[in-house]
Amino acid sequence: MNIHEYQAKEIFRKYNVPVPNGGVAYSAEEALNVAKSLDSNIFVVKAQIHAGGRGKAGGVKIAKNLDEVTLYANEILGKTLITHQTGLAGKTVGRLLVEEGIDIARELYMGIVLDRQTGQFVFMVSIEGGMEIEKVASETPEKIIKEWIEPGMGLQAFQARKLAYALGLQGVQVREAVKFMFALWNAFNASDASLVEINPLVVTGSGHVMALDAKMNFDDNALYRQAEIFKYRDLSEEEPSEVEASSYNLNYIKLDGNVGCMVNGAGLAMGTMDIIKLYGGEPANFLDVGGVANPDTVSNGFRIIMSDSNVKAVLINIFGGIVRCDRVAMGIILALEKVKVSVPIVVRLAGTNAEEGARLLANSDIDFIVATSLAEAAEKVTAAIKE
Amino acid sequence: MILVNNDTKLVVQGITGSEGSFHTEQMLEYGTKVVAGVTPGKGGQTTETGVPIFNTVQEARDKAQANTSVIFVPPPFAADAIMEAVDAELDLVICITEGIPTADMVKVHAYMADKKTRMVGPNCPGVISPGAGKIGIMPGFIHQEGKVGVISRSGTLTYEAVHQLSSRGIGQSTCIGIGGDPIIGSNFIDLLNLFNQDDGTDAVVMIGEIGGTAEEEAAEWAQKHFTKPIVAFIAGTTAPPGRRMGHAGAIISGGKGTASDKIAALKAAGIAVSESPAGIGELMEEILKK
Repeated sequence: MNIHEYQAKEIFRKYNVPVPNGGVAYSAEEALNVAKSLDSNIFVVKAQIHAGGRGKAGGVKIAKNLDEVTLYANEILGKTLITHQTGLAGKTVGRLLVEEGIDIARELYMGIVLDRQTGQFVFMVSIEGGMEIEKVASETPEKIIKEWIEPGMGLQAFQARKLAYALGLQGVQVREAVKFMFALWNAFNASDASLVEINPLVVTGSGHVMALDAKMNFDDNALYRQAEIFKYRDLSEEEPSEVEASSYNLNYIKLDGNVGCMVNGAGLAMGTMDIIKLYGGEPANFLDVGGVANPDTVSNGFRIIMSDSNVKAVLINIFGGIVRCDRVAMGIILALEKVKVSVPIVVRLAGTNAEEGARLLANSDIDFIVATSLAEAAEKVTAAIKE
Repeated sequence: MILVNNDTKLVVQGITGSEGSFHTEQMLEYGTKVVAGVTPGKGGQTTETGVPIFNTVQEARDKAQANTSVIFVPPPFAADAIMEAVDAELDLVICITEGIPTADMVKVHAYMADKKTRMVGPNCPGVISPGAGKIGIMPGFIHQEGKVGVISRSGTLTYEAVHQLSSRGIGQSTCIGIGGDPIIGSNFIDLLNLFNQDDGTDAVVMIGEIGGTAEEEAAEWAQKHFTKPIVAFIAGTTAPPGRRMGHAGAIISGGKGTASDKIAALKAAGIAVSESPAGIGELMEEILKK
């Protein structure tokens, strides 16, 4: 799960990770009120969307007085930002973060992620703050310094000192940075975060270490024990059809193509998308209906696939293991009594009772295109969209 | 065959839950030696299928000689169940449970570091050695006894590949679903290493997917050490970056973990890669004929 910058900064404050003073605003009026409450004469107005690259897209402005806060708030709110992380459709700004301006002496980078190779969380710092960290990692990997966290032990002071010295910090700043890192580790650890990124981490003109930006992602598997974090979910940042699918416990991701697909299992669902592409089609979605393809899950699946007007044909690919294909076929037939589908439907059933399933489909009143192999299914569904 | 053979004596952790009891029945039907179940508080009882239930894994080992465990415990308690099996010094623990918090698995990973137990999973269909035993949730009947090993990060896509093999008369020695999570017990390299030493295995199918770098590492290792042919497929060529494709570990992040990188690494290591998920069986057939 992703959250907004202002929410991540709320979590930071709770764990004593220093951040600039500021607050969220949903209107220009609120933005002005936040600015007035700050003891500052320079303000930063920042668009709050779940994507990076906001600055370049015009979503971050420095206001030199209160009038400019109102001006920029009006300009950014409601604006659609297109960044390298939003996709072509962009994201519309509904919330702002208004903060005091900070006098910046140095821009650094700090993050914590999971290292899948070692199975440990890893602290990363770099003096290349403000840059795209992926770029630093691929072009100058030696500029990213890492310390792996021993599970059960947590961050150790010597590790924090090593990182602080690697950032070129001196004197009292080292002590401050060590404190900062312990606070950050606590915030990360206590909230089941999967990623935290501070880019830039700054040294202020007066020599203090502070998180100027804040990005946090959370482990979806742990949200059941993170009720406070789960409250930060912003549904307006998510695709409506995906939100609906998740309410049915379906795993759906909307894509840009025209062949809808419904599959059991995540790997097979990806494989089905891939083979559609190989045969000259474009997948319209990823949809894993999971282990139980009953009439309810199938009709909900149809409803969500068909809510996308780009869909010109649907491919259902079910490999029956524990779930029997004749039951799945019944489910598909019953679902189509509830949901009207006006595009060609190709069904491929394999595994347990596949033949009985195919017979049920062939004998129904609905005009299915039945395929036996995965390749045949892909061929038939891509032929169907060309007609 | 590797991991599961005729000496495998299975304990089912979470045997009285709905998943656990259903699949215990399925595994027994396949001929797997299920010698015990564990559900704390229900020790002393027996399942309808006649399997004795114990309170702890240690008891299941001491009293029923269990040497392998399969876990059907819900996500909040699954990490603890894994560590219990490891503490009882079983040879192998296979965790089927999907949805275990990553932070829990980080702890499990550290806990297991100097222990003797091998883990497969979590978030996986399990392990089957056709004819000898089935441990997990895969449909047994699609498999055939034979000499091709299968290692996969997926569930149903593995069944698809096995189906393609069996329908061509190519049997399998052992099929392992290694799991779709970012932290797993056994990776491609661990299992390729076992297949390398297994006289009953002539070739291996390896099914990867987007996310992480396990396939790249396996490719590099296989080029240096693996003596048998490999046919590979990578799922997710069409997956968009930054989105979790069902499996917790199937995500392209920061430009890392793309299907094209993995395919390139496998090809560079001389491994045959099927472009289509429908072409895995065919490609293996061609290679075995050579």
